[in-house]
Amino acid sequence: MESPVLRIENFCAGFDSNQVLKDINLSILRNKITAVMGPSGCGKTTLIRCINRMHELIPNANVSGKILLDEQNIFDLDPIIVRRKIGMVFQRPNPFPTMSIYDNVIAGYNLNGIRISKGDKDRIVEESLKKAALWDEVKDALHRKGTFLSGGQQQRLCIARALAMDPEILLLDEPTSALDPKSTAHIEELVVHLKDAVTIIQVTHNIPQAARISDFTAFIYLGELVEFGPTEKLFTVPKDKRTEEYLTGKFG
Amino acid sequence: MKESSLRRRIFADRAFQALVALLSFCAILPMFFILFFITKNGIAVINWNFLTRLPAPVGETGGGIANGIIGSGLLIVLSSVIAVPVGVLTGIYLAEHRKGKFAYLSRLSVEILMGIPSIVIGIIAYIWVVMPTGSFSAISGGVALGIMMLPVIVMSTEETLKLIPDSLKEASLALGVSYPRTILKVILPAGLNGIVTGVLLSVARVTGETAPLLFTAFGSPFMAVNILKPVSALPLTVFNYATSPYPEWHALAWGASFVLLVFVLALNLTAKLGLRKWKVQF
Repeated sequence: MESPVLRIENFCAGFDSNQVLKDINLSILRNKITAVMGPSGCGKTTLIRCINRMHELIPNANVSGKILLDEQNIFDLDPIIVRRKIGMVFQRPNPFPTMSIYDNVIAGYNLNGIRISKGDKDRIVEESLKKAALWDEVKDALHRKGTFLSGGQQQRLCIARALAMDPEILLLDEPTSALDPKSTAHIEELVVHLKDAVTIIQVTHNIPQAARISDFTAFIYLGELVEFGPTEKLFTVPKDKRTEEYLTGKFG
Repeated sequence: MKESSLRRRIFADRAFQALVALLSFCAILPMFFILFFITKNGIAVINWNFLTRLPAPVGETGGGIANGIIGSGLLIVLSSVIAVPVGVLTGIYLAEHRKGKFAYLSRLSVEILMGIPSIVIGIIAYIWVVMPTGSFSAISGGVALGIMMLPVIVMSTEETLKLIPDSLKEASLALGVSYPRTILKVILPAGLNGIVTGVLLSVARVTGETAPLLFTAFGSPFMAVNILKPVSALPLTVFNYATSPYPEWHALAWGASFVLLVFVLALNLTAKLGLRKWKVQF
């Protein structure tokens, strides 16, 4: 068995007295796609927002337990370092509206004040856009505003922006929920290709999507990790009755 | 429904619409009258000498308002240097901390400051700056006008930043960008249009202020650029010329009013129309 890149141990999170996640234990393997699924409000988005420490930005948020990235607890690190190692793409595309496509992709460097040569920037922008399967569509319009793109293109731009930082893990928070079916298919295909380069954790409430793209699936219900395993097994022979009921559409 | 009652309804409808239109028309009349009278009386004295000469002594013809123009410019620069950084940073604080006691107190103070009569602010600047330094000065006028600009800048900054979606801030933070850099390089540029508009409107608001300058900048017939010495300002020029007993000075007061009006109008139009195409689409 390969060593996990990320281990979540006895992890709880919530707001004030409202406990959203209860005692989560989960290991994420390198270069695999792990889908986190569950009904709305089950805590799946909270879970991935904890992984790059975005959760704690909300007032009154609290966490306990450990999340180990390469055996190092992320809560012992500076959140800024954690977020550079663990990229995130949000539900709705959120390119920087004041920036061109080029500047959006390289934003992680420019905004952080990391100085690199123009040649390196050009290379990173081209590579990232190619990885995000957007290069061919925008290579002649790199200096136009990113907000002129379609929703699906904007989301791929956001993926390119995250990839430009060369993260170890890419968190995708229902990246296709605001997109049409064609753009969704495009992004799914892209995500499958990306796993050679980066470990992916994708939140989805779309059951078929989890089945199509992921290697492992975690099913969260009411803040508990009900079941976790290889996607094929979890979908064909679920161990827990609640997983089976969720998959067959009895709730959720 | 009976036809007669229907007709009555249609009539009431039309009458109401006509009334609303009529009253709206009344509301725009004062502005056109002001523009008309000031232009009519002021434009005759406008020429190059009027804009570039100092006031002439009583009895001599000619003379201009150069001291007022330079003085107003100096006061605007001084007050902006004071009010823009404080106002924008306060606006950021309020937009970032929508709840909380200190934010509530700050917001309340700013709103109250907005309603404080300008003459009172002049007295405050007199006590704070003129009395300790022992002299009327441009800097004391700048402090008075800066305090008057503050609420407009704070409120417009806060309102602008509140409209910027949180997702933008999250996008930046998720890239490992620190909070200060996120504010300065992502949030402020996205709201620049609204913030600049607020600054321009606040400048337009204070450019015409006379009362707070009476015992701060005080006025000066000379070309003064020393910020520790009294300076003139266009509204003071208007005030001094208009309250004088000499008809030729009244003409100069109209001219100075016209210059003031054109400047304030230009600021307002720039804020309203010019900056529109800068607006950031989210």
